[in-house]
Amino acid sequence: MDKIRNEQIRGTVKVEQFGDKAREARLRWFGRVLRRNRGYIGQRMLEMELPGRRRRGRPQRRFMDVVKVDMEMVGVKVEEAVDRARWRQMIHCDFQLLQVTVRDALNQAMDEELERDERVFLLGEEVAQYDGAYKVSRGLWKKYGDKRIIDTPISEMGFAGIAVGAAMAGLRPICEFMTFNFSMQAIDQVINSAAKTCYMSAGLQAVPIVFRGPNGASAGVAAQHSQCFAAWYGHCPGLKVVSPWNSEDARGLLKSAIRDDNPVVVLENELMYGVAFEVSEQGLSKDFTIPIGKAKVERPGNHVTLVSHSRMVGHCLDAAAVLAKEGIECEVINLRTIRPLDVETIEASVVKTNHLITVEGGWPQFGVGAEICARIMEGPAFNYLDAPVIRVTGVDIPMPYAKILEDNSTPQIKDIIFSVKKTLNM
Amino acid sequence: MSKYTIGHYSYQPQTKCELHRLDQGPPTQALLTREQGLKYYRTMQTMRRMELKADQLYKQKIIRGFCHLYDGQEACAVGIEAGINPSDHLITAYRAHGYTYTRGVSVKEILAELTGRRGGVAKGKGGSMHMYAKHFYGGNGIVGAQVPLGAGLALACQYKGNNEVCVTLYGDGAANQGQIFESFNMAALWKLPCIFICENNKYGMGTSVERASASTDYFKRGDFIPGLKVDGMDVLTVREATKFAADYCRSGKGPILMELETYRYHGHSMSDPGVSYRTREEIQEVRSKSDPISMLKDRMISNNMASLEEIKEIDVEIRKEIEEAAQFATSDPEPPLEELCNHIFYNEPPMEVRGTNPWSKLKSIS
Repeated sequence: MDKIRNEQIRGTVKVEQFGDKAREARLRWFGRVLRRNRGYIGQRMLEMELPGRRRRGRPQRRFMDVVKVDMEMVGVKVEEAVDRARWRQMIHCDFQLLQVTVRDALNQAMDEELERDERVFLLGEEVAQYDGAYKVSRGLWKKYGDKRIIDTPISEMGFAGIAVGAAMAGLRPICEFMTFNFSMQAIDQVINSAAKTCYMSAGLQAVPIVFRGPNGASAGVAAQHSQCFAAWYGHCPGLKVVSPWNSEDARGLLKSAIRDDNPVVVLENELMYGVAFEVSEQGLSKDFTIPIGKAKVERPGNHVTLVSHSRMVGHCLDAAAVLAKEGIECEVINLRTIRPLDVETIEASVVKTNHLITVEGGWPQFGVGAEICARIMEGPAFNYLDAPVIRVTGVDIPMPYAKILEDNSTPQIKDIIFSVKKTLNM
Repeated sequence: MSKYTIGHYSYQPQTKCELHRLDQGPPTQALLTREQGLKYYRTMQTMRRMELKADQLYKQKIIRGFCHLYDGQEACAVGIEAGINPSDHLITAYRAHGYTYTRGVSVKEILAELTGRRGGVAKGKGGSMHMYAKHFYGGNGIVGAQVPLGAGLALACQYKGNNEVCVTLYGDGAANQGQIFESFNMAALWKLPCIFICENNKYGMGTSVERASASTDYFKRGDFIPGLKVDGMDVLTVREATKFAADYCRSGKGPILMELETYRYHGHSMSDPGVSYRTREEIQEVRSKSDPISMLKDRMISNNMASLEEIKEIDVEIRKEIEEAAQFATSDPEPPLEELCNHIFYNEPPMEVRGTNPWSKLKSIS
């Protein structure tokens, strides 16, 4: 007999735990009552006190008692009921029981966008019959066929150019590079043909294309297969560059990228493909998008700001957990987008914490961290810094193969912890 | 039926050689001495056992990352090496362990490189796809990128006037790379002594040749470059074709293109089972009918050039050699951390390299 956990069944039919749903219903009604005009009987009932003596024994639990606890659990205040839309969003119970891997998140995002818009198609090496070199496009060829999912020969410059041409004629291609290392073969098409065309044509010619694939270090794949291209692509105007970390990022950013009328580079990470994250019900909806150009504060804190993108966000959160035990509260920001960079979110955080550390897997020189340092220095947050910004980066060498060397070539959690303590003078 | 020469018997290749812009192909008569036969057998069997040992070590997670195995294609590497001189140059793509061996690196150093130890040919820093030796330029990870490099090596040979040639290998998948056609053009224009060799094993990762190439006559795709296609599973055929091609280049006529029809038993790499795009029956059929090592063994025995016992003895010796090499590869220590940043540059004074944070200052010596 097959053992299927309750959580999975609830997940597939999208049903929340009963208690959570009941709570939502209570709070929803409560909000409705509060928004009615004064004198509404429902409101009078809330505060009513019955005259006379009470029976012996524990006081009866009344509606307001329960609702007070509910509000505390969800984290809302009575005043917030005035704004109906916001109230509803905040009390909405997410059945955070469904775990989705980054791979499946990307797969679902592409599946849904292919279904939604006929002009969307996927091309790349081994994306169709092989189900994708890393199985990200699994099942798509079976579902959509040769016209929408196209296997290409090993000709990156050629097929990237073909994809850009198709985009110019009004289609919305997703061009997959097996890894971004191979995009160097085609980088002229990405930059000169895709990124610059809207500008060169004074807005006449759009290029609604998505370039996606795994970026950065993997495990044991040596120098030619481990480079991070965030800095290279982030350098170019006309291009949007996103770098998702978890499954929700992957879904939302890929969908936004496909719906965007501009060339977008989506830098995924091979080591994250198999990692599962809880995705909210909202995150699983077919129209869930994450705006490009907005960073997210993954963890609030007061003492130091850690800014990162892609896999390193996980490292930062792990470091923050360790440091919290020593009383150091780190604020961890997930950039989500490399270009355009959300400097405002970083600045707001620096104003609060006065210390900034950037963490990335790529090389230090001319990297993402270097850009953040420059922008902070140019803006109002500079005056709030109590110490220079610290960049935690990959070691400035081609990636070695041997495990001990490779492990010491990218930032480890201990490097982040060390940097935090250094900047806080501990 | 093929016959081999011992002294004066004549040899006929099993399949007819196809020619493009050539009036004559390689000779249909060749000499195979007992020494040569035993040497080719030993080399091919060593390569085979080495690749199978790598397979084993990968499954035990002692080898990690990418591992592209060469078993099934041994006749190509051994035949080519037999057709050129050690002073000639050779460059190939990522399925390179076989060529690393034929170009002079010991099994011990190859396996130690795969396991990422300091005794590896690249001191553990390169891994499976980045092994180098004298006149062997790797081991290249980016598909097709090695072809312009090979043309460049040939340019250097021409420049120096040393009568050396460069063998530039690529696969059926790489044959669709633009840079290959650019290399063809320049090599022909400048008459570079470059032997372009396409090892056609019928599949580029998971894509069969029919699904990737508008023309699967890879030996004709050099267009203005003369080409020939031979059976890559027969080591003698490969040797004679290579000698023919090398003579052509050395005579100053320019580049030549050779297609070797061959087959790989393993999938594209260790993470590819190799059966989702081809049938097990197909693999089995090639193994039973065209295995290069079995074919050579059978012919040597049936022509009284070696006895079964002799061959078995060689097998036992090889097995022992591989075991010892694997023992070394698993027990040798990993490279020391102090050497993390070495060899960034060649012939440079020592310099400082930034580590993961601003206070980490690492040393790099050439």
